[in-house]
Amino acid sequence: MEKVLSWIDARFPMSAMYKEHLSEYFAPKNFNFWYYFGSLALLVLVIQIVTGIFLTMNYKPDANMAFASVEYIMRDVPFGWLIRYAHSTGASAFFIVVYLHMFRGLMYGSYRKPRELIWVFGCLIYLALMAEAFFGYLLPWGQMSYWGAQVIVNLFAAIPFVGEDLSIWIRGDYVVSDATLNRFFAFHVIALPLVLVGLIAAHVIALHEVGSNNPDGVEIKKLKDENGKPLDGIAFHPYYTVKDILGVVVFLIVFSAIMFFAPEMGGYFIEANNFIPADPFKTPEHIAPVWYFTPYYAILRAIPPMFGSQFPGVLAMGVAVLIFFALPWLDRSPVKSIRYKGPRFKIALALFVVAFIWLGVLGVLPVSPMRTLTAQILTAIYFAFFLLMPWYTKADATKPVPERVTE
Amino acid sequence: MNKLLSLLLFLPLTALASGAAVRLDPAPVNIQDQESLQRGARVFVNYCLNCHAASYMRYIRMTDIGLTEAQIKDNLLFAADKPGETMTVAMRAKEAKEWFGVPPPDLSVITRSRGADWVYTYLRSFYRDDSRTTGWNNLVFDKVGMPHVLHELQGQLVPVMHAVQGEDGKTHEVVDHLQLARPGKMTPAEYDALVADLVNYLSWMGEPAKPQRMQTGVFVLLFLAAFFVVAFYLKKEFWKDVH
Repeated sequence: MEKVLSWIDARFPMSAMYKEHLSEYFAPKNFNFWYYFGSLALLVLVIQIVTGIFLTMNYKPDANMAFASVEYIMRDVPFGWLIRYAHSTGASAFFIVVYLHMFRGLMYGSYRKPRELIWVFGCLIYLALMAEAFFGYLLPWGQMSYWGAQVIVNLFAAIPFVGEDLSIWIRGDYVVSDATLNRFFAFHVIALPLVLVGLIAAHVIALHEVGSNNPDGVEIKKLKDENGKPLDGIAFHPYYTVKDILGVVVFLIVFSAIMFFAPEMGGYFIEANNFIPADPFKTPEHIAPVWYFTPYYAILRAIPPMFGSQFPGVLAMGVAVLIFFALPWLDRSPVKSIRYKGPRFKIALALFVVAFIWLGVLGVLPVSPMRTLTAQILTAIYFAFFLLMPWYTKADATKPVPERVTE
Repeated sequence: MNKLLSLLLFLPLTALASGAAVRLDPAPVNIQDQESLQRGARVFVNYCLNCHAASYMRYIRMTDIGLTEAQIKDNLLFAADKPGETMTVAMRAKEAKEWFGVPPPDLSVITRSRGADWVYTYLRSFYRDDSRTTGWNNLVFDKVGMPHVLHELQGQLVPVMHAVQGEDGKTHEVVDHLQLARPGKMTPAEYDALVADLVNYLSWMGEPAKPQRMQTGVFVLLFLAAFFVVAFYLKKEFWKDVH
């Protein structure tokens, strides 16, 4: 055994990598509930890739066959229903886990120096994930798949001058059609998964370079023992591997409860209209994107058309997503964690969370004048959280940060 | 394209305003009741499967609801040769469009798109309307292309109108409720039971794997519960030396 290991180590840094990333990667010992979601995101990625591979074996990316092939998987492929529901539940679970993971970053200032690049890679992962979900949602070729794609591709058509040509280029046709389905399939099963895996590798490598943040926002690397081990650090393996196993089991209980007993999740994970095959001639009465896009959809609808163009709304929606990238440079607080930040930041973050969730609810509902007004106010709050951050974080009354992590 | 986009974004406003909401009756669905499913299957094959297909559903799958292959062959196999085939119909989409205005939709997953309650209410809400070419209209699906296929069983319902004042100040005649004008072969209770069986069958057919899904789910959750105990004590044991 030892001989084999040294044979490999002379040719590939296996032991060195094991040490660097697991047995001698020292993570702060005070991780709380919010620190489960990084490893859970990785778990969901694996679920999506494995189920995705098996779905691809039976799915037909053809406008005349796609819908039927999904039903074929549900009925005639042994355990096809399980593979398909795991994949559809996994899509929503991915966003739930990623949103909680991002919220953790917001709370504890995980985006602050020296972790700016981890945050930037994370934002890129979020973007790639949105694209991945969007491309994948077309594949079942139901009415919501079709009209959802129609709406989103048309967003690009609203871009001045080049929009019209751009949207045709994306679709490969004048309407969403077989050509669109084929290219979306290619993006969904190979292009974006490759990008995602690469970005996740970069995200983790950057994390392991600088070390993990923690709920106190204390840099554990500042205080080390005589062996160079951080005083408040514990080895990722075995401590956090066994702790993450516990998190995985709890997550899988919730995941399985949904997947086996409520896979449609009341129409939020799988929409009722998506059981009607795509019909280019029949617009559904009410088009709502899947829940994880609805906050941005609400922002899009909140901005009124200007000069006969939808572009301002589209721009606002795009900026709402991209503004996350700027976060490390917007926060001017002397402390990282919410535990030592003052009331201004706490109120701002609370308002932001309320605005984000409320916008999500509004994005599912049909528009009405009252709801549009509400969405406009919430959109203002959403952007104010970011744009006013340099001022309210600087003016905030902060508490002193301890030397060591607290229990 | 910009016009299309704004149309799609803000279309709910007008579309929803025009659709009057009819209260749906809850469908008594119980996919464990195999006798009901078998009765529903017979109604489906006899009455629906002449125009509507269920082209993702194989006849042989009805062995799941307690029928033998011989029973399926002898009693239910009119439109196909082998039990392994799917429930397709001979009617062509083009002809169907000429006859009914729209081709009858495939019913494989109809309860998953419309909901069982909607289908249950719909099949009990046909009424006479001489302004329609088929002579029939429906409370939950105004100007429906489908005639009342089950009218021999249910009989003929006529609408009882009542006047309401609209937002424009004028009074409109709207349907208040339906009344049985000419009885059919069945009493209203018998007819409701027949529709209940049919909707039960349609619900089962929408996802034949559902019983297996539920069963597997129970075992998976039991396993995970046991795993949780192991994982909990494993973590506790390892973390003893973290202070």
